[in-house]
Amino acid sequence: MAHDTVPQHAADPPITRPEQRGPLARGQAALHTKPLLGPLVVLLLASLFFSVWVGSRFSDPLNISLIVQQVQIIGMVGIAQTLIVLTAGIDLSVGAITVLASVVMGKAAVDHGLPVPLALMLGVVIGGVCGGLNGMLVTRFRIPPFIATLGTLSVFSALTLFYSRSETIRAQDVPPLLSWPGRSIDVLGTDVTYSSLLMIGAFAAVAYLLRGTAWGAHLHAVGDNREGARLSGIRTGRVLLSVYVVAGLICGLAAWFLIGRIGSVSPQAGENLNLQSITAVVIGGTSLFGGRGHVLGTLLGSLIVGVFSSGLALSGVDALWQVFTVGVLVIVAVAADQWIRKVAA
Amino acid sequence: MAHRVKLRHRALAASSAGIGLTLLLTSCGNGISGQGDDKPIVGLVTKTDDNPFYVKMREGAQKKARELGVDLRTFAGKGQADNDSQVKAIENLVAAGAKGILITPADSGAIIPAIDRARKAGVMVIALDSPTEPASAVDATFATDNRLAGRMIGTWAKGQMAGKRPRIALLDLSSEQVKVDILRNQGFLEGFGIDVRDPKRIGDERDSRIVGREVTGANEEGGRDAMEKLLQKNGSINLVYTINEPAAAGAYQAIKAAGKQKDITIVSIDGGCPGVKNVASGAIGATSMQFPVKMAAEGVAAAAAHAKDGDKPAASSEQGFTNTGVSLITDTPVSGLESKKSDWGLRHCWG
Repeated sequence: MAHDTVPQHAADPPITRPEQRGPLARGQAALHTKPLLGPLVVLLLASLFFSVWVGSRFSDPLNISLIVQQVQIIGMVGIAQTLIVLTAGIDLSVGAITVLASVVMGKAAVDHGLPVPLALMLGVVIGGVCGGLNGMLVTRFRIPPFIATLGTLSVFSALTLFYSRSETIRAQDVPPLLSWPGRSIDVLGTDVTYSSLLMIGAFAAVAYLLRGTAWGAHLHAVGDNREGARLSGIRTGRVLLSVYVVAGLICGLAAWFLIGRIGSVSPQAGENLNLQSITAVVIGGTSLFGGRGHVLGTLLGSLIVGVFSSGLALSGVDALWQVFTVGVLVIVAVAADQWIRKVAA
Repeated sequence: MAHRVKLRHRALAASSAGIGLTLLLTSCGNGISGQGDDKPIVGLVTKTDDNPFYVKMREGAQKKARELGVDLRTFAGKGQADNDSQVKAIENLVAAGAKGILITPADSGAIIPAIDRARKAGVMVIALDSPTEPASAVDATFATDNRLAGRMIGTWAKGQMAGKRPRIALLDLSSEQVKVDILRNQGFLEGFGIDVRDPKRIGDERDSRIVGREVTGANEEGGRDAMEKLLQKNGSINLVYTINEPAAAGAYQAIKAAGKQKDITIVSIDGGCPGVKNVASGAIGATSMQFPVKMAAEGVAAAAAHAKDGDKPAASSEQGFTNTGVSLITDTPVSGLESKKSDWGLRHCWG
């Protein structure tokens, strides 16, 4: 499969042929070569479980459409997070960038009277600039991504609050184009929002960028072994910087979706996006140690969280159990990642 | 090697630029308060600095402080339950020689030892917005009666639903049994005439008129998610209580998407300007307005008076705190219940 484009560790020992081992080892090997298999199985089993437990209210098309709508912001921000995690980094500022970009879009269009398409572009560009700043801190000043983005998280949040004066722009005052992603069309008898479709498009586009272009191959190489990538002639600094800029731009787009979803422009929206995006990435099977994983896994990861959250809510379980379950999923996902890695050891 | 040295220079340049910028910004901050003059220092410690409620409270306090010639220093925690930052803020204010401290306690019990130490050092402490536990731990409390605020929208909703079979959805703040969450929710249920069972717990009610409950985080996104889930669970919902107006705005998005805006009445609490506008446009049926600017202004005035001649505000009302008032805002008044129209609300709203 396309997986072959991922550079292998030079030190990897030859892998025993799966058919020479037991069923468990064969499963382990399958999960190693197909990173999407694990989350896909979890998603299907969870959906099946809730369809049986909750009944038709869970599995009807309206609820499926709702689950997709509820995870679309996490999904978009999760794409940005996946890119960073694939380079063995982590971005704690994705949520803050998204909210800053949405406030810029709203203020520019509503308060400063900029034409809406221009305001929209300005917001996305601000997202890219923020990402670029993170990239500069990581590549030029050699600040570890965790620390750099921990700092910019506070910087971007404070700027958002200064600029918006903590005030919300009401849904009724937001121009239609800004809330357009929240509008829906009829697909096979159920409402599907434009942002749900755009999110799936964004996943497909980034999946192609990662698997079908030199940029994607370089990104994987840098994440897998930065020094090795540098020695083989990849300009690692430039690749990393571009990854952060692209991640910022995607957050800028997520800002537009956020406005579409909640109607208003609120500086207090999305405060949990950072951790939720990391959760989606981890449950989606992307390794926090870099290099291994798949962006589509993040789509599956956010859908898994959405399915559990919807299923538990519909069955009338206390909201704290949703929090509990997501925590368990994260731990199981990382444990599975460690176990799968052993296949190469 | 040369590469590394260059890098180190760059890092050095960057960090010194950063430190310089920080110094510049802090010195600006000091410039406003004017160091060296002998204005009495008064501290304001809020729960967060991102919530418009506290932003307006701070602005109200600053205005009053300028008027009365008081040096106001403001601090904020990092969340609704961040006690640590508030303790540090109190300690810093005592060290700075503050005469009075106004605080909106994040944890009404855990903050008490820090308040005791401040009062022993001769500082007058006033609780704003929510009372401490016990209320006698501070010199005075200027607050909103959140239970009353809930009761008002509950009573209004009961009058509004007369003749219909109510199917109520409750959109609360969190699963953590936060004090303000409990007071507002239980107040609403009491106003509506529902047995709240344990008045200190949300969610233990056994009334068939309540068809669902979800938490929202008190913001738009949470409000929308929660309302979608509740509508999925029970499409016959016709009355929605919301912890605050942002949650109500989010819930309205979900209700509108489901095409049920004609069948569902939303009630809320806060009195923020976006919320009052939503009352005017019909998205929210009624809201209970609170007055954070007034709370802060009265608190600063009391602290200034104390600094001047040692006066302390008298403990008023049988509730043990000075009630800064709450008004019901609605454009469809219910007979026998005092309320104000949204145009009055727009003149008195905050944020």
